[in-house]
Amino acid sequence: MFETLSHLALQQYWWVIISLVGAFLVFLMFIQGGQTLLGQLGKSTVERDMVINTLGRKWELGFTTLVVFGGAMFASFPPFYATSFGGAYWIWMIILFSYIIQAISYEFRKKPGNIMGRKTYETFLFINGLISTILIGAVVGSFFTGSEFSIDNLRMTATSTSASSITRWEASTRGFEILANLQNILLGLSVFFLARLQGALYVINTVNDQTVFNRSRKQVIYNAVPFLLFFIVFVIMLLSGEGYAVDPQTREIYTEANKYLHNFLEMPLVGILFLIGVLGVITGILRTLLQNSTKGFWFVAAGTVLTVFSLFSVAGLNHTAYYPSTFDLQSSLTIRNSSSSHYTLTVMSYVSLLVPVVIGYIWYVWRSMNKKQISSDEMESEEHAY
Amino acid sequence: MEEALVDWSRAQFALTAMYHWLFVPLTLGLSFIMAIMETIYVKTGNIKWKKTTQFWMTLFGINFAIGVATGIILEFEFGTNWSNYSWFVGDIFGAPLAIEGIMAFFLESAFLAVMFFGWQKVTKKFHLTATWLVALGANLSALWILVANGWMQNPVGMHFNPETARNEMGNFWDVLLNPTAVDKFLHTVSSGYVIGALFVVGVSSWYILKNRHIRFAKRSMVVGAVFGVISSLFIVLTGDSSGHHVAQTQPMKLAAMEGLYEGQEGAGLVAIGVLNPEKEVDNDKDPFYFKVKMPKLLSLLAERDADAFVPGMEDLVYGNTQQGILSTPKKMEKGDRALTALKKYNEAEEAGKDSLASAHLETFRANYPFMGYGYFDQPQETVPPVGLTFYSFHVMVILGFLFVLLFLLVIWFNLKDTILQKRYLLVAATWAIPLGYLASMLGWVVSEVGRQPWTIQDLLPVGVSTSHISASHVQLTFWLFAAIFTILLIAEISIMVRQIKIGPK
Ligand code: HDD
Ligand code: HEM
Ligand code: HEM
Repeated sequence: MFETLSHLALQQYWWVIISLVGAFLVFLMFIQGGQTLLGQLGKSTVERDMVINTLGRKWELGFTTLVVFGGAMFASFPPFYATSFGGAYWIWMIILFSYIIQAISYEFRKKPGNIMGRKTYETFLFINGLISTILIGAVVGSFFTGSEFSIDNLRMTATSTSASSITRWEASTRGFEILANLQNILLGLSVFFLARLQGALYVINTVNDQTVFNRSRKQVIYNAVPFLLFFIVFVIMLLSGEGYAVDPQTREIYTEANKYLHNFLEMPLVGILFLIGVLGVITGILRTLLQNSTKGFWFVAAGTVLTVFSLFSVAGLNHTAYYPSTFDLQSSLTIRNSSSSHYTLTVMSYVSLLVPVVIGYIWYVWRSMNKKQISSDEMESEEHAY
Repeated sequence: MEEALVDWSRAQFALTAMYHWLFVPLTLGLSFIMAIMETIYVKTGNIKWKKTTQFWMTLFGINFAIGVATGIILEFEFGTNWSNYSWFVGDIFGAPLAIEGIMAFFLESAFLAVMFFGWQKVTKKFHLTATWLVALGANLSALWILVANGWMQNPVGMHFNPETARNEMGNFWDVLLNPTAVDKFLHTVSSGYVIGALFVVGVSSWYILKNRHIRFAKRSMVVGAVFGVISSLFIVLTGDSSGHHVAQTQPMKLAAMEGLYEGQEGAGLVAIGVLNPEKEVDNDKDPFYFKVKMPKLLSLLAERDADAFVPGMEDLVYGNTQQGILSTPKKMEKGDRALTALKKYNEAEEAGKDSLASAHLETFRANYPFMGYGYFDQPQETVPPVGLTFYSFHVMVILGFLFVLLFLLVIWFNLKDTILQKRYLLVAATWAIPLGYLASMLGWVVSEVGRQPWTIQDLLPVGVSTSHISASHVQLTFWLFAAIFTILLIAEISIMVRQIKIGPK
């Protein structure tokens, strides 16, 4: 069935999948956001244990989504994988470091003999929450603002080793320059506060404790306000600024004023999803604050997925360069010039049929495990707890 | 400067891979052992088996977390440090990595939560299913990553696209069913099972030596040893078949594994030996100070024929017309021709000279199988480090046979019910835990050091695989990784030892 699709259709299909994985990645950052709220939400040991345990049962999902995001990019758009990871070296390395220390912290935190003590591992969780959200947000920001790199296939034929690198990062700061751009930073901070907002809502949704509930509600306000501020400014800059377009015939890349605004208008479905997403986030916040609901999390979650999905979509679809080079415009990556072959995309498309199955069992497990809220009793009786 | 970049990148990859491999094999083996134990619990309803399962599960969790922490680095390192490689082969190599994530890692991470926290929340049956699914997930992840690795050792099922300078997949099934990949998978997962079994048997032996938790220890030990004897026999079988395939696809690696400089008919296998470190392919020194050979066995291993010819490193570098082996300088010429033709092809395309372009393309295609040789200056550069490969191989094999013996003895004395008195065996079993890790690590050294200087056999040397970055950046990240992983390893071992001392509830 997939083999009959055109190469372009497969490329678009894969960009949609990448957008979806990216959207779930940002949604699952509620874990990271929650990790930065430990100090505020859990003052006593039991309270903190409850918060850590409710997040801890999900951390692997967020982690795995990051791994799959990398893997899916590698399989479907290998030149991106080579260019961005090998180029923006330091920003990715710092993100990865923050995930190393997350992975062991839940398991090691309360185990006897853990050498560094409980506090250190909680600090690790905080660092991971702070760094990964801001930096991943900023990197995604560079999908719209561009980076300095150049690409030349023929370097492959040079026989001296360093001359043979096809893709070269031209900024000597190796990724740090991404943080020197206001628009990238705004997106980074938006993701950070959104993650914290979601973290607080998730705790409201899953922990059965009045004190923790009250504190979490306060955090919803404290984080919703900066999130909305940063995000609105980001969106204004995105829509009013110029973007990177590609001519479908000549494949030439050029800058176009209001490109991303045009993308929303020319792909109305994406525009509508974006608006529904934003509305969902706002609904979730209001329901939590005005109606004391514990279900606000789900509105914000759905809203986040839709919003991020549509942002990725406008970055890559509708003849847009999703990874622009400000150093050499024609080196910019588009879904057409940087995808895997027709055959590989076909194979991978069959594999993608597993995605609904995966989402299905994750959903089933989530429901079985979250049927009952976490309580202080459970912290004492449970046979295995973080 | 360039040399330094390659060396630091290699060092960094080796460091992270070896740290990852300290944790993964136990995950592979222990996950099955736990699942077997829990099955016994569900079948018999005996609560003791539940406690036994839970104890091993706690150890599993500690080990698992750090396996995951090291794994994510490896995945991204293909991009961060081997970006030219990723560009060149992403079409083929990226696919198994993505499939691994979708098929295996999600399975593991979703059901892990049920396995650890679900005892009170889901039914017994569902819990048992979750435990089996975690084991399945771990083993599936091994499958896909080893398919990827097998492809680097023996690239099949693809063709080169001269326009994009990328290899493209031609046949997915060829990549998946690549004989090298099949061997890798079977041999490597069985090494994980052996380590899991050694771990369970060793920890149990230690309890018996300390006179603690005796009943628990005997119960665990029997499951471990039975699982161990089957897997360690399997490892010998799959090891033999790995050796056979190495001979077919990477003869230089096989020659290095055996310290074989001059090819022979009816070649013997070195049982033990000490290499002369001054021996090189271009001098006449005797390769060995001392060796014990088992006649004809190498020919049998390599060609399945006791009298067959097995090429040595000198045959492979300087050629051997009698046996029809092309010399490395000849291959280098062909490689040069491929690279030049590729360049000219692209220039002709650019200029719109179609017939010229297709002539160059033809030259390119004819010489493509040797393209990687075009990057070398000296034929001797194609010889891997012999000492490291040789000793690693021999220690692994010797240990492999010892493990079979160990498990058999443990089962035997358990059957006779005299295991409690066999203190020497219990001490040996405790020490066998680190030896298991050693054997397995050395196996990877054989496999990865033995294929040097290639990242992809015959197509892409390590030097052309790196990212375009200055060595000092990689040096810095190397030390950062070394520091953080070492700290975490120490913490992990300390927690592990403490949990073992605390013992089952
Ligand atoms: C407990 C661990 C263990 C034990 C006892 C053995 N092996 Fe092994 N061996 C491995 C663990 C391992 C490994 C870590 O799993 C490797 C590394 C890469 C691979 O495919 O498996 C490996 C690689 C490896 C290779 C190289 C494959 C390649 O380069 O592609 C060969 C030829 C053998 N083994 C052969 C043997 C033989 C003949 C054994 C006889 C008893 C043996 N191994 C025992
Ligand atoms: C060098 C290449 C390798 C890469 C890029 C890699 C990648 C990864 C990644 C990203 C994870 C974390 C997954 C998660 O989020 O749950 C992981 C864990 C794992 N990997 Fe690897 N891996 C490599 C080598 C291997 C090998 C050779 C095996 C087995 C034979 C293996 C088996 C596993 C298993 C079973 C896990 C689960 C966690 C654990 O074992 O502790 N990996 N790997
Ligand atoms: C987990 C077990 C593994 C161990 C212990 C291991 C060990 C090593 C070592 C020691 C090196 C350095 C060799 C040298 O430069 O002399 C290396 C390099 C490398 N390995 Fe592995 N390896 C493992 C699995 C894998 C797998 C599964 C893959 C691919 C899927 C892989 C891909 C590479 C690459 C790309 C390099 C760098 C380039 C090169 O040196 O050829 N490794 N590995």
